[in-house]
Amino acid sequence: MSIIAVTSEGPSLDDQVDPRFGRAAGFLVVDLETMDTRYISNGQSQVMAQGAGIQAAEIIAREGVGWVLTGYVGPKAFKALSAAGIKVGQNLEGLTVRQAMERFKSGSIESAQGANRTGR
Amino acid sequence: MIVAVASGKGGTGKTTVTASLATVWDGPLVAVDLDVEEPNLHLFLQPAISGSQTAHMPVPLVDESRCTYCGACSDLCQFKAISVMGQLVLTFPEMCHGCGGCLAVCPEKALSPGQRELGEISWGRVGQVVFLSGRLRIGEAMSPPLMRRVKAKLEQMLPANGGDAIIDAPPGVSCPAVNAVIDSDVVLLVTEPTPFGFYDFQLAWEAFSPLGKPLAAVINRAGLGHDAVYRFCREKGLPILAEIPYDRSIAEAYARGRIITEVSAGLRENFISLRDKLRDLARPGPSGKAVHA
Repeated sequence: MSIIAVTSEGPSLDDQVDPRFGRAAGFLVVDLETMDTRYISNGQSQVMAQGAGIQAAEIIAREGVGWVLTGYVGPKAFKALSAAGIKVGQNLEGLTVRQAMERFKSGSIESAQGANRTGR
Repeated sequence: MIVAVASGKGGTGKTTVTASLATVWDGPLVAVDLDVEEPNLHLFLQPAISGSQTAHMPVPLVDESRCTYCGACSDLCQFKAISVMGQLVLTFPEMCHGCGGCLAVCPEKALSPGQRELGEISWGRVGQVVFLSGRLRIGEAMSPPLMRRVKAKLEQMLPANGGDAIIDAPPGVSCPAVNAVIDSDVVLLVTEPTPFGFYDFQLAWEAFSPLGKPLAAVINRAGLGHDAVYRFCREKGLPILAEIPYDRSIAEAYARGRIITEVSAGLRENFISLRDKLRDLARPGPSGKAVHA
């Protein structure tokens, strides 16, 4: 799958990976073939009282991505992402979006089998 | 008359005051434990339970054979309790607030009402006091839906039981606490004259005074701490209807599950006087506002 989403604290490849999935600042959607990037704000999910992870999954599902790279994913978001057929690469906090993407391209990121955060 | 016994801070003595008022009530009364997350009024009143029922809330059930994945339900739901992901409808029943909106907007009639268990409502009697209580299901995140069902039961019970009720409210000033006081005629705030007690008392005053109901205070553990809460009540015109002294014999009685009106005749008099002042407070004055408010 050539299009991936990375949870990002800002709009550029050199911004930090936002460790949160559902309440990430935004998503950098990267086409790995053309290296086109597009930033999608996740502000509407951040302000939700509940269900931010589910809504974030809906947002990136509409982008047709095959993977999302992030830090932590809760159980409801994981269920929604799985339903949408989106694979999850997690525990990538502390990297820049570019570093996470390079690591993905090298094939060293495994598809997560479950949530790595408990839900609320 | 419905009296809601509330507080900002937990552990100030709501249940102690509720149980004590119940024992000195001079007529039929329904004593209601609306602290459904941790009900404890029964420990003091020790009613004989005569009935109970499980309370439920409607949540959507999906008939996948009818669903066209149009997403109308998902777009409407503000709580993400239903989500359409490609050719799959996901429901998260624990997130549902039970508004029924998704059922109403579904053009294919693919949704029907299922049930989420909220908890248990039980009732009984001790002397002339009718007891009513809710207990939230372990794992249930929202208490107001169950509280509303307990209050509906109270509404059924009141006419046949004299029309008086005392509600033991949950602590805090968020949705559950507001839900517990919103249908009352008088809100009685139980506080203690400590810095923590005072801080949360101010929050309670801020949360409940806009409701426009008569508000009054009971100072528990009087003699402890400082006088900030007394000054605050004077400034805001909030009547202090009773003080319960900071006294080891009261703590001992409480720890044994006894009602503190049994401790001394003086304490019993204290609560009889509180009962009468509450009645006066609930009675509308000539201006239409309560006499002391």
